Formats: sequence, structure tokens, C-alpha cells
Amino acid sequence: MGAFERIKVMFGASPAKATEFTPEARQIHELKRMNKADFLAEKQHAREHQLISHKWRNRRWAVLLFSNLLFTFSFWLDIQLLEGALTASRFAGFHLIDLNSALQVMLAHQHIIVNLFIGTATVFVLWAALGGRSFCSWICPYHLVAEWFEWIHLKLVDKKLITDHEFHRGSRTVFWLLFSLMALLSGYTVFETISPTGILSRALIYGPSLALGWVFLLLVFEVLYSRRAWCRYVCPIGLTYGMVGAISPLRIQYRLENCFHEGDCRKVCLVPHVLDVVIKGRAADKHMAIGPDCTRCGLCVDVCPSGALRYDVKGLSKLL
Amino acid sequence: MSDDCQAATKRPAVPVRIKANRRKFIRSAFLVGGVVGLSMLGYLPVANARKQRMRPPGALEEHDFLSSCIKCGQCVQVCPVAAIKLDDIDRGFGIGVPYIDSREQACDFSCDAVQCILACPTGALTYVKPAFAELRAGMTLAHAPVLKAKEKDAEPTLNLKERTGVARLSRPEACLAVQGKGFKGQARGAAFKGRMRYMEVDRWKPIAVRDHPYERDICDLCVTECPIKDAIKLEETVGSDGVKRYRPVVLEQCVGCGVCEMICPVEPTAIVVDERKAWSA
Repeated sequence: MGAFERIKVMFGASPAKATEFTPEARQIHELKRMNKADFLAEKQHAREHQLISHKWRNRRWAVLLFSNLLFTFSFWLDIQLLEGALTASRFAGFHLIDLNSALQVMLAHQHIIVNLFIGTATVFVLWAALGGRSFCSWICPYHLVAEWFEWIHLKLVDKKLITDHEFHRGSRTVFWLLFSLMALLSGYTVFETISPTGILSRALIYGPSLALGWVFLLLVFEVLYSRRAWCRYVCPIGLTYGMVGAISPLRIQYRLENCFHEGDCRKVCLVPHVLDVVIKGRAADKHMAIGPDCTRCGLCVDVCPSGALRYDVKGLSKLL
Repeated sequence: MSDDCQAATKRPAVPVRIKANRRKFIRSAFLVGGVVGLSMLGYLPVANARKQRMRPPGALEEHDFLSSCIKCGQCVQVCPVAAIKLDDIDRGFGIGVPYIDSREQACDFSCDAVQCILACPTGALTYVKPAFAELRAGMTLAHAPVLKAKEKDAEPTLNLKERTGVARLSRPEACLAVQGKGFKGQARGAAFKGRMRYMEVDRWKPIAVRDHPYERDICDLCVTECPIKDAIKLEETVGSDGVKRYRPVVLEQCVGCGVCEMICPVEPTAIVVDERKAWSA
């Protein structure tokens, strides 16, 4: 799957099966088929020696909580290090502006604002380098809360009390277009009204609001009806950052030779379509980059018993 | 029944998948409709807003203000008297947008530099209105407002070119001055949390209004506590019966800060600020 294919998947296309394989990839696929007994034995071995780790999850939660609470304490203690909220802020005096909020304001307001432009450019470069949707899993407060509620959802599904309902992933692209269009036509930043990211960020800094009721309803919907529905099928912030990080050097890399195709990674993933390549016989190359819809959350890295998925910086591994 | 079974064996799996896909598509359509519909509910409070919100100094006109505000609250964070608050989801598209409730806590310009304007990253609050922004007649101040607190400074004016509203004696019959009464004690009672800067106390540290009791033979708090020079005066007239009568009169330099509304000791207040109202003689 090329970079272009992966971007198409982000917008909602189903991942296509590879038709051409590199000789190395073909060889590994063949070997896995031929030595089935060995393959199973090795798989067993990897399982037995697996270290249950939450390394990346813990790091991520720490970063997420730290950055969000830095806003809070900056205001409460009046240390003025990080002023504002996630939508727009100043870090040590330097403008930082959330890309989707900036887009909404620019479309609604239809005038160029210099500060907005500076803040947006900084954040654009930052997230283009750091992986785009890594904003979602490493910064967005709704992501964290939704992650906790997802655990309840999975428990209920496990007990067969509820079933998960999937939506078409293309809905998010439709939402992105509609919210842009609504901002442009109405002159209001319509999406900001219902954005749980903005609502939670402001609630953390300026105190609780009625709007938290809406966030709670979203969480109930996700628990009872559809797993991680907001992040997967609705949130235009995710798509904006996904586009920004479309060709980001920081991504998760898949190593075919280490993979036993057990699919644990796909079970924990927020966006399992990006892990289509881990299905047996799908990977077209020995090493493959995971697509831009990946939030770089690292759950798959933690869960993989054989180190087939890891963080990678394009070019850096070659350099070292 | 058996026909169905045969059909199923002839074309395995496919109809099931198509059905599932169709269900998924319909579900997705409902999701899109639902969420978009809910987000458009934001129109209702905006359209229904009978009474406008008082916006912080330097705000663009309401529609431009709502479209350009990025809802970050940096203006809230810099205000030394915490006059600025953010609206909630019950204000629809106004969610996260700053407003001032003058009666609770007015802007008394104790920051001198109009910090909220300085903090705004998107120009929703601005010192100089951009070319596209319409300026209604009577919104621009005749000349730069002189801040009483800075009167002795080299630069006594406040960097503010337009008003946010105009004060109005809304209940003259309740006004203590009009009644010829004085005032003694805490202007808004012991429970009032509002703060103000008193130059004679501390230029950079606003204190609670309740900690600064007053004693006046004729109540003139709205006049003396007004932070702007020549914005309000106490008019004295002598009636035909020879009795002196008083009445606060709002002047053209009123910027609409709302301090008079906050300090008025009458409940409910006798003087209010009409939000976003232009000056008319």
C-alpha cells in the first residue's frame, strides 16, 4: 500500500489487498506457510516470553495529563507559562493555535488575522513533524476520557450485554466538509459548539459547564452503541490533524518477519483499518509504514508480543 | 423458506454483506444527520438572544465577534479583576465566548493597558478595528478616554477607540442622588464579591468593594468611581422651591465599562449599561 493508498483509507476507503509483493515479503510469506509447525512453536515461544507492558500507554497518559493540567495550573497559580485553552494558547508568550479551530475561525470570519496565522504555522510544523493525529492520542482530553469509557464498552460487549455498531468511516470526511461548509455559510464556528475537545479543555481550566452534559451523552452513546464513535466517525479535528501528518516522518512501523498474525493489535486499535497489513498474507513489503489515520498511541506497540510494531522515524533508522 | 436457502447457497455471503453494508450506510446517514442537526441547534440561542451580552473592550460587532472568537479564554486569564467570563452551551454558537456581567464584576480598567485586547489571538478584541469591520455612528469615542488613575502619567489616555456600550439612568426614581439621599457603608453589602482598584489603596492590586466602605452626604458613587474622566457628572439644579436637586448625567466620553452599574448601592441598580449601544445626544 503506497502513501496515496493510505491517505485514501484515512478518508474512508476500505484498505485494498496488495497485488504486488517485494521478493523479500514474498519469501517471508512463503516461509510462514511452509514451516507451520515451526511457526506455531515460535508463536508459542513468543507468547510465553511476552512481557505485559503498558509503557507507551503510561507515557502517553502522562504527557496528556501533564499538558492539559499545565493549562489549568498556569491559570490557577498565575504562572503564565501556558495561557489559554487547547483551541488557542500562548506557550511562554508564543502563539499556539489549534489547526481545526483556526480553520473554523478562518472560514467563519473570512479575514486573515496575523496572530492566528503565526500560531497556526507553528502548530502545523510541530504536528507535521510529530505525526499529525498524535495530537488525538497524546493531547486531546476527550481521547483519554473516551479511552476509559471504551473499557466499559468492551466489558459489556464481552458479557454479550450489548453489540458494537460500526458506521461508515467516510462519515468523518462528510462531517469535515459539512462543518467547513456550515462555518463558511453561517459565519459561526458551528463545530466549536459541540466539540468535546474544546468543551473539556475549557472545563478543565475555567471550571465545569453545562456543556459537559453533552460530552457525557457522547460517552454514553459510545459505551452503549458504538465503540469510540466520536473519534472514529465524527471528529473533524482528527481528520485535520490526519491530513497535516499525512507524510509525517514519525509513524508506527510494521515488521513482517516478527509478526505471527494473531491480531491483538487490531483489537486494541482505535483505527484498526490502518493495521490491515498485519493480516496474514497482506503485507507487500518486509517493513511497512502504518497510515496517517494512525494516532501513534502505541497500544499496538505495547500489546504485540513479538515486537512487530514499533515507533519509527523515517530516515532516522537508516541514518543510525 | 427453502427458496431462500437455495438462494443463499447459490450466492453465498454476498447478500448478507450487502445488507450489512446497507444497514451501516443508513446508520451512518442518521449519524451525520443527527450530529449536524444537533450542532445547528446552536442557532436557537443566538437567534433568540433578546438581550445582548456585554462583550469585553475592543470587541468587534456581535456577528464578527462570534465568528472570530476562537473560544480560548486568554482574555479571561489576563483580567486582574476577573470581570470576563465564558458563556456555556446554552448560548449556542456563543459557547466559550467571553462576556462581562457588569453588575457582578465590571471592567474598571485596573490593568491600564486593556490586557484582554492584548491577549486576544484572533483579533476578536482589537485596539484598531480592521477595515472590513463596520463601525456604527456613535460607537467611536470623540477623543481618547482619559483614565482617571493615569491622569498624572505622561500618557493619561486609555488605548481604546470605541465604546462597548453606554450607561443609562434606568430607574431615576430609585437613585439616591435624585432622592437627595446620601450613602454610608459597603456599596453592595457584605456578601458582594466584586473588586475594584482604588488608587489611594494600591495601584496594582484591586481590592474587594466591601472592604472599601463609603460615606457620602449625597450619593455620587457612580460619578466618583467611574474610571474615565468626563464620562459622567452629577448635575445640580435648584428648583423653584429653592431646594437643590441632583441627578447623574452620562456624558459622551462614557465607554460603557459598567463600573457605575456595579457600584450603584440601590437594589436593583438605578443605573445600567446598555450593551453595544451607540452614543446619541
